[in-house]
Amino acid sequence: MPRPAGLIGPEGLAGLRDPLVEPVRMNSTADVEPHIYQSTVTRPVAVDVSKVSLTFDTADGKVEALSNVDLQIGGGEFVSFIGPSGCGKTTLLRVIADLQQPSSGTVTVNGMSAEQARLGRNYGYVFQAPALFPWRSIEANLKLPLELMGFSPTEQKQRAARYLELVNLIGFERKFPWQLSGGMQQRVSIARALSFDPELLLMDEPFGALDEIVRDHLNEQLLQLWAKTRKTVLFVTHSIPEAVFLSTRIVVMSPRPGRITDVIDCNFPRDRTLEIRETPEFMAIAQRVRTGLRAGHSYDE
Amino acid sequence: MRTHPLVTRNAPVVTIVAVLIVVWYVGAVLMNLSLVRGGFEREESPYTTMELLEGTMSAERPLLPAPHQVVGAFIDGVFGYAPTAPRSLVYHSVVTLSATLLGFALGALLGIVLALAIVHSRVLERSLMPWIICSQMVPILALAPIFIVVLGAIGLQGLLPKSIISAYLSFFPVTIGMVKGFTSPDPMQMDLMRTWSATSRQVLSKLRWPWAVPYLFASLKVAITISLIGAIVAELPTGAEAGIGARLLAGSYYGQTIQIWSALVAAAVLASGLIAIVSYAERKVAQRMGARA
Ligand SMILES: Nc1ncnc2c1ncn2[C@@H]1O[C@H](COP(=O)(O)OP(=O)(O)OP(=O)(O)O)[C@@H](O)[C@H]1O
Ligand SMILES: [Mg+2]
Repeated sequence: MPRPAGLIGPEGLAGLRDPLVEPVRMNSTADVEPHIYQSTVTRPVAVDVSKVSLTFDTADGKVEALSNVDLQIGGGEFVSFIGPSGCGKTTLLRVIADLQQPSSGTVTVNGMSAEQARLGRNYGYVFQAPALFPWRSIEANLKLPLELMGFSPTEQKQRAARYLELVNLIGFERKFPWQLSGGMQQRVSIARALSFDPELLLMDEPFGALDEIVRDHLNEQLLQLWAKTRKTVLFVTHSIPEAVFLSTRIVVMSPRPGRITDVIDCNFPRDRTLEIRETPEFMAIAQRVRTGLRAGHSYDE
Repeated sequence: MRTHPLVTRNAPVVTIVAVLIVVWYVGAVLMNLSLVRGGFEREESPYTTMELLEGTMSAERPLLPAPHQVVGAFIDGVFGYAPTAPRSLVYHSVVTLSATLLGFALGALLGIVLALAIVHSRVLERSLMPWIICSQMVPILALAPIFIVVLGAIGLQGLLPKSIISAYLSFFPVTIGMVKGFTSPDPMQMDLMRTWSATSRQVLSKLRWPWAVPYLFASLKVAITISLIGAIVAELPTGAEAGIGARLLAGSYYGQTIQIWSALVAAAVLASGLIAIVSYAERKVAQRMGARA
């Protein structure tokens, strides 16, 4: 089966093999107050969400899950979405991934419509639950997207091994999902989303169910991975420190109707470590996110 | 004193079987009593209670044969003749079994094909489903003779008409089970397949089929038992010379109750054997699919 245009072939993994050492600082340094910096998108726009609205027709009336959402995300950005429950974060991600049709507005991904991008396998989607296939071993789970996309068996094997190593799960190839802890399963699902080297990584609260320590660890790993591969990441979270630690930009959303209330720049150097969470810059951004979240919550009362 | 685990495990079953046997013996005595007494009185020979009781246990054509008579006839039917002899239960069982298996295979196949069609098209679901359900509302006892006669008129005889009746009965649980199974995948896994832009054939083979496997085996267990019933019923209306149904029919013509009961035992043994085979396959498949030990 010919692979549709847009799918990165084996050569696309070059970025992984030669890690990007030079951190992208753009023109901000850690000593400048980061949120003052206005990000200029240096690489082409990866995701362009324009005037997107989505209304669900439910038994007890209409729910405006997204209302007039505008957002541009540059290639290689790490954008976090944060907001109270029900503000449309999941819905927005699903619209971008063409899992749901907007009622109005357009989504462009790498210059294509969302549907073309999906057919071209541009998305690696990580759900809140690992959603592994219980009858497949861990290795077979990793291979599933590769099988569907027509990679050769040797390539499948190599990639499965490489990405299992990436998430520190060497030795678990033959195990079945139920033999792994929740955190391990989630790591498998992340490896699976990366295995075919999609341009975009969409992650919907991937670490929601994990304890703080595992979460910190996975945050660091995800950051390294992002720095190495320069993928565009869209990341939903409920944790302010997580969002500030990981992101180049934080999108604060608010419910009823679901909309963007604030977009906060957050350019810490790419090679940051967890220690930056103690710095005043970090605290300042976290405070601003918190204020934005509060404003959203006040609509509940 | 600790009881042996084998005892603990089997005690409930053994108890129930023992109770049933006792009830059966009591029933045999009560039901055959007047028959036996009538026999003595017709011959005007004196009899004791002991003789009366013995008579109820060994009548040639009892209303209800005693368990040992049935078991004796069964063992005799299985081992007492060459497997090809017309009096051999093995012979009749094989005849019925082959119709059952062919019918089961046809029915399972038809059931799966119908389920696939229904899952893939809403229109087909709406147009097929009412007919599928209607097909099962007609009593098979009424339908079987029609089938056999019509198929006989176009030259189909022997194995195939019986199998068709088996298939007619057994496709139904398979269709219902597989429609449920094919539509049961986790929505999140469906979404994943979509983000990988899998074709609908890939979704079927990599996601829908594996989800449907437990449903498949559950419905196959039902299907194989009713296949057997279908084959036996199909042997009744034509007065077939061979098969468990033929033995039942012949037994009831000539009042050979023991023969009827031993044929029933043969049917029961076949049914449990068939179910055991399906269950074994189910366990093996579950193991291969990584089920928890
Ligand atoms: N399939 C659906 N049908 C009807 N309403 C829906 C559907 N999916 C989401 N909604 C509604 O849309 C709104 C946004 O939901 P969404 O799942 O995007 O929220 P969220 O921000 O991801 O929340 P959480 O943080 O709890 O995951 C909610 O009010 C929800 O009830
Ligand atoms: Mg959500």
